[in-house]
Amino acid sequence: MSNGAENSGTSSIAESQEVSFHYIRRDEEGRVIHETTALDRVSFSVTPGEFLAILGHNGSGKSTMAKHLNAILTPDAGTVVIDGLDTSREENILTVRRLAGMVFQNPDNQIIGQIVEEDVAFGPENLGIPTEQLRSRVDDALKKVGMWKRRLSSPNKLSGGQKQRVSIAGVLAMKPKILLLDEPTAMLDPHGRQEVLAAVHTLNREEGITVILITHDMGEAAGADRIFVMDRGQVALTGTPREVFGHKEQLEAIGLTLPFPTQIAGSLAALGIDLKKNAPVWPFLTEEELLEGIRNAAEEMHPDHGEESRIRGGGRKVSDHPARSGEEAPDASAGSAQRDPFTLTLERVSCVYDAKTSNPVRALSDIDLTIGTGEFIGLIGHTGSGKSTLVQHLNGLIKPTSGRVLANGEDIHGEHYNRKMLRARVGMVFQYPEHQLFETTVLADVCYGPKNIGKTQEEAEAAARAAIELVGLEPDILTASPFELSGGQKRRVAIAGVLAMEPEILILDEPTAGLDPRGREEILSLIERFHRERGITILLVSHSMEDVARFATRLLVMHDGRLAMDSSPAEVFAREEELREMGLAVPETTRILRQLSGAGLPITDLAVYTPEETAQAIAQALAKEAPSADVVRNGTEVLHA
Amino acid sequence: MLKDITLGQYYPAESVIHRLDPRVKLVVTLAFIISLFLVNRIPGYLLAGVFLCLWVGLSRVPLSFMLRGMKAIFLLLLLTIVFNLFLTPGEAIFTWQRVVITKEGVRIASLMAIRLVFLIIGSSVMTLTTTPNQLTDGMEALMRPLKKLHFPVHEVAMMMSIALRFIPILMEETDKIMKAQMARGADFETGGINRRARALVPLLVPLFVSAFRRAGDLAMAMEARCYHGGDGRTKLKPLRYDRRDYLAYVLLVLYLVLAVLLGRGVIPFTLQG
Repeated sequence: MSNGAENSGTSSIAESQEVSFHYIRRDEEGRVIHETTALDRVSFSVTPGEFLAILGHNGSGKSTMAKHLNAILTPDAGTVVIDGLDTSREENILTVRRLAGMVFQNPDNQIIGQIVEEDVAFGPENLGIPTEQLRSRVDDALKKVGMWKRRLSSPNKLSGGQKQRVSIAGVLAMKPKILLLDEPTAMLDPHGRQEVLAAVHTLNREEGITVILITHDMGEAAGADRIFVMDRGQVALTGTPREVFGHKEQLEAIGLTLPFPTQIAGSLAALGIDLKKNAPVWPFLTEEELLEGIRNAAEEMHPDHGEESRIRGGGRKVSDHPARSGEEAPDASAGSAQRDPFTLTLERVSCVYDAKTSNPVRALSDIDLTIGTGEFIGLIGHTGSGKSTLVQHLNGLIKPTSGRVLANGEDIHGEHYNRKMLRARVGMVFQYPEHQLFETTVLADVCYGPKNIGKTQEEAEAAARAAIELVGLEPDILTASPFELSGGQKRRVAIAGVLAMEPEILILDEPTAGLDPRGREEILSLIERFHRERGITILLVSHSMEDVARFATRLLVMHDGRLAMDSSPAEVFAREEELREMGLAVPETTRILRQLSGAGLPITDLAVYTPEETAQAIAQALAKEAPSADVVRNGTEVLHA
Repeated sequence: MLKDITLGQYYPAESVIHRLDPRVKLVVTLAFIISLFLVNRIPGYLLAGVFLCLWVGLSRVPLSFMLRGMKAIFLLLLLTIVFNLFLTPGEAIFTWQRVVITKEGVRIASLMAIRLVFLIIGSSVMTLTTTPNQLTDGMEALMRPLKKLHFPVHEVAMMMSIALRFIPILMEETDKIMKAQMARGADFETGGINRRARALVPLLVPLFVSAFRRAGDLAMAMEARCYHGGDGRTKLKPLRYDRRDYLAYVLLVLYLVLAVLLGRGVIPFTLQG
């Protein structure tokens, strides 16, 4: 059903010729102090029906580029041409915006209607489409993204992924030729991410619509036909995903990573196992390609039983327990030697929202939990599983409907309990913590917490300086306004604001949300440092299995308001089926190792979560590939999609 | 507590009231409010009560939903009652030291309370059964004559509709920032008025910053979807009067006539309140 007309005349549907753009200080919110070059002579062209990913770290200019493609911004120099129309000409603006429809990052800030179908109609209404055609356009658009059944819902009742699909429908109803998406999944959970991407791929494949996806997620970019990598306002790399992801060093230099399978293959090569020579494609982008490559390598290294390597080894013992659990044990004793042990206990805690109304929501049911000194705990669960409610019980922000919360044995909702001091000991970093900054200087903002708990100005400032150093910022940032900082810096300042209260337990709710790969890595290593150097107990709430698995020694899994699992990462991830039923997945590394182990490779350590460690585990297994006598031909099919 | 305000919260249901033309609902609501201030006798209030019951009953919105909106004006209601009760001069029926309650006071206090409650419920029916977009359309259509006076009718209607859409989002945001600051030891509940006012700064500054950020985002999203003011815009659901709408107007006129006759009595007299 692709639109044939789009191929007429020109072979490019969107073209950028030597485009430059500068942000000038007075532009917005006073955030931009100097003139900054956002785009520096960018040229490219997009062919109709293509799926293009524009990849780059935060501040690389990729969003500015997107805004040029639908005439929200017009170039200072150079030209942008959409379907033959120059965007800088006033009379073309509406047509350009219709042809290149844009979906933005924040699901809440782009929905105008209070009813799904009214929102979808907003675009075509602006275009003056007659009422008789509007109805069918709206219905068609909603059906294409699978949201037709929710056409009468209020957007506030939808999940993030659903809201983004409604926004896509809002663009589709204008019958665009290009779908522009500016980090549409950055604020979504993994499930929402998948549903949005699936919808976009379907539109590209079945409707022939050209897609330009701005992202910093490597997995998303790997699914594109072509990738532009942007860095400092310029196109740094361009090519198919395979071509682009072959430039590991260059990508890493500009703060991007490779997809997981690509990283593992790279690490294997560093260990002397070259998967490239027998591979039909290179570099590997997907799990399937990597698994195939490793199987080929196994066959080559042990040609005598090539066939068997596909088959599960009988009687071979695969340990799910980490061999390195010894070195992983919290060395909290070092950092917190001077501290008294501090224990939080939840006793049969339940929480019901809107208890007095007709539809009470049971957010937590009978939670029993103890958090001790020096632990590094990961808390996972899909959106709405009760994670946020649970952590807000730990510092008394929410009072349990029934059950008790005990801090060192004392009921925190007891009559004389000082909850303010409890909140100093149990620090909490909310999602997008930079949104809570309010003071005129960073110093004053970081001092806010310490002063609230009764510290003098001098003590508070000393604590603030220490905290700023702990989050890896230079002291001269203290005099800056928190609103002038970059996104990553703001987040660190906000975290410092909690650290300055010198908490013994630090709870972080999705601390890496919305950050690019480098920013995410930096925040995670900071958290690991708080734990290692200061002996702070960490409770990390995250959607990312990889993140929690890498650092946590204990995992809590929430599902439907219950604590479904509470054990070591290896034990939790061994229950893959149960996790899947809860809408959760095991880390990608675990999935890969399990499949290899299932296919007969003698993997001894499944509990590794970084690409390097995974590559090592695979290399070890390949080196000691078991003799064929052990192999039982039971034909177990282990590879599933 | 912040989620209790139902204003601008559409309640989806299939009912006659939901299907009424928004212009009708606006006119009915306005006329009903005016009638509440015209009426000053018990029969009139009974009539208004009957009308309101019909209005609420037909809307199929659970009463609990509307009463939730009452919590927001509870303080106002209480103040109205207290002031009228104690400060209306007239025939004393209760005296304790310097506190005097008069017959007129009781009368006016209860009438004002009834008026306020009726007013809030009456207008919540409108906001609960009409989507903000319909509301905007209705207002725009009713105010169209003002456009000749260069009054920005479309813009005002659009602003109101957007404000309504973002109220629940900003409420949630307030709750979140409040908790985040409480986690940093903030205290919004104790201390004198000065201290409390100062405690609000860490709440209000981030809230304003966020509201501006959202406003910027939304403006860009609207532009990206070809919004260019009210000129040349069409409607997914254009306003067309139906039989039930004319019927509603007839009922409204009937009610107003009765309200004036019953509510003001044979001898008109002015209210002291």
